[in-house]
Amino acid sequence: MLEASGVTVRYGRRAALEDVSLRVVPGTVTGLAGPSGCGKSTLARVLALMLRPDAGTVTLDGVPVLRWRQRAPRELRVRVALLYQQPRPAVDPRLPLAEVIGEPLAAAGRPGPDRVRELAELTGLTGDLLGRRPHEVSDGQLQRACLARALALEPRYLICDEMTTMLDASTQAHLVGVVRDYQRRTGAGVLAISHDMTLLGRWADRVVHLGEPPFRTFAESAHQIRQVRDLGE
Amino acid sequence: MSDLLTVDGLSVTFRVPGATVRAVSGAAFRVRAGRCLALVGESGCGKSVLAHALLGLLPGNATVTGQAWLDAGGGERIELVGASRKVLARRVRGRLVGLIPQSPATYLTPVRTARAQLEETLRELGAPQGAAELAGRHGLRPADLDKYPHELSGGMAQRVANAMALAGDPRLVLADEPTTGLDRPLVDRAMAALRELCAEGRAVLLITHDLRAAERVADDLAVMYAGRLVEAGPAAEVLARPRHPYAAGLIAAQPDRHFVPIPGMPPELTALPDGCAFRPRCGRASEACAVLPAMAAPDGRTRDGHAAGGDAAEEHTVACHHSLEESRA
Repeated sequence: MLEASGVTVRYGRRAALEDVSLRVVPGTVTGLAGPSGCGKSTLARVLALMLRPDAGTVTLDGVPVLRWRQRAPRELRVRVALLYQQPRPAVDPRLPLAEVIGEPLAAAGRPGPDRVRELAELTGLTGDLLGRRPHEVSDGQLQRACLARALALEPRYLICDEMTTMLDASTQAHLVGVVRDYQRRTGAGVLAISHDMTLLGRWADRVVHLGEPPFRTFAESAHQIRQVRDLGE
Repeated sequence: MSDLLTVDGLSVTFRVPGATVRAVSGAAFRVRAGRCLALVGESGCGKSVLAHALLGLLPGNATVTGQAWLDAGGGERIELVGASRKVLARRVRGRLVGLIPQSPATYLTPVRTARAQLEETLRELGAPQGAAELAGRHGLRPADLDKYPHELSGGMAQRVANAMALAGDPRLVLADEPTTGLDRPLVDRAMAALRELCAEGRAVLLITHDLRAAERVADDLAVMYAGRLVEAGPAAEVLARPRHPYAAGLIAAQPDRHFVPIPGMPPELTALPDGCAFRPRCGRASEACAVLPAMAAPDGRTRDGHAAGGDAAEEHTVACHHSLEESRA
C-alpha cells in the first residue's frame, strides 16, 4: 500500500495541504477529486516521493519514506510513477520519443529497444513516431509516450494527475483503457486525479474528495460513484 | 442575424524539412452574430491553426490560401487571408476580433500586475474606459487588479484574459481552448461568459476538444478531422444524431457514453491518404472512400448551394459516402 498520513505542505506561509491522509491500495483505482487549487497535484508529488512534506509521513509497502526526490532510495523511487496533465513540459524536448520512453530503462541500466517497441505498441504509438521529437507530435501522441515511459519499469503504483484533461474523448478513453489493463494485469495501485466526476465514476473503484483549505476533509462517496454509473450505463 | 465571418476554401500548409504539413484543407463555415460555433476535434487536427490563420498569427513557414471575409461594420468587409500586417494589427486584432487564449494563467505576463496589463491593452486600443471599469464588467474587484498572475486563481485569470480580449469591443471573439486546465465549475463559468457574449450580439468561434463544454454553449458545431471539416450543423442535432462515423465515434467515446476509443490513430498531416482521411480507421469504409467526399446535406446538395442562406438554421451537412443517416433511412 502507498499511504500518506497527516501530510502538510506549505508554500511560504500558505498551506497547500493540511493534515491530509490517503491510501492507494494495490489492485484498485482510487479516484481523487476536488476543485482547482485544492492541493491535488501537491499530494500527487508527495506520494510520488518528489516533494518532502512539512509534516506527516508517507509509507510505501510498509517502508517509511525518509528521503525524497533524487535522494530517495532507488528501489522505492521506481515503485511509483507519476503522469502529468501536460506532457510537453514533462519531456526533454531534444529527445526522440523512443528515448523519452526508454529513459527509465536506461537509468536503471537495462536499455532495451524491444521493450520500448513493446511499450509503444501498448500505448498505441506507431513505429514512425518513435523517431520524432516532441515538437513533431501532437499532445495526444506525446501523452501516450509519457504513459509508456511511466509504465517502463512496471511501477507498483501509478499516479495519473489529470492525465487526460488536455485530450479528446477518444484518446482519453484509450489511455484510461491502457492504464486499466495494466492495473488488472499487474495488480498495481492507481491514483486517478481528476476534477471530472463522470470520468472517475467510470474509472475508479472509490473516490475521495479533497476539500478547499482550511477545512480540508475527505469524503468518500461510493454513493456518488453509483449515481454517476447509473447515469452512464 | 448576419454572417460576421465567412470562411471559404481556407487551407494552411507548413513547409518543414523534407515535407509539407497540410494542417487545414479547404475549410468552409460561417459564424453569425449572436451565435456560437464550436469547432471540435482531437489535438493536432488543425483547429487551433485555423484560428491563428484568421488573425495572421502563424509562423513564417506557413502558407494560407482561401478566403475569410470579416464584416467590419458599415457595409465594409475585410478579407483576412490577404490582409496586410498593418490592417491586421491596427484594425482586426483586438478591435474587430478578440482572442481568448489557451490557459489564461500562462498567457499573462508573470512580472506585471493584472492592472498594468489591462491598462496597456486599453492604451494600445485607444479605448476610453478605465481598467477598473472594464474589470468590473467581467466580475473582477478593483483589489484583484493589483495582483500578479501567480496570485490569481484560475477563475480570476480567466476573467482578466476575457477582459483583455473584450477591451476593444470586438464583434467576433475567438476562444482557443479556453477551458484547458480548468475544473468543471470554472469550465461552466467560462462557457456562461461566452454565452453572454453571444447575447450581446457578438459572434463566438469556440475551438475545443471538450465536447461537454461545446454542448453547453454552442449553437452550431463543426467537427474537424485531419485538417478537414467532416460534419457541421446545429450543435444539439449533431451531438444527438452524428452522421459522420468519426463524429459518432468521438461522441460515443465520452465517459458518460460508451467510453470506448476509436480504433487506430489519426493520419500524419504530412502524408494524408487520398480520399477520406478517416478511411483507415472506419468500419464503414469501402472503395468509394478513395474519392474525397464533399460536405453535403443528406439530399445530396453541396454546402455551397445554401451559403447565402440568411437567417435559416444551419443545415446539417456531412462529408461521408456512407454517413450514418443514409443507413437509417
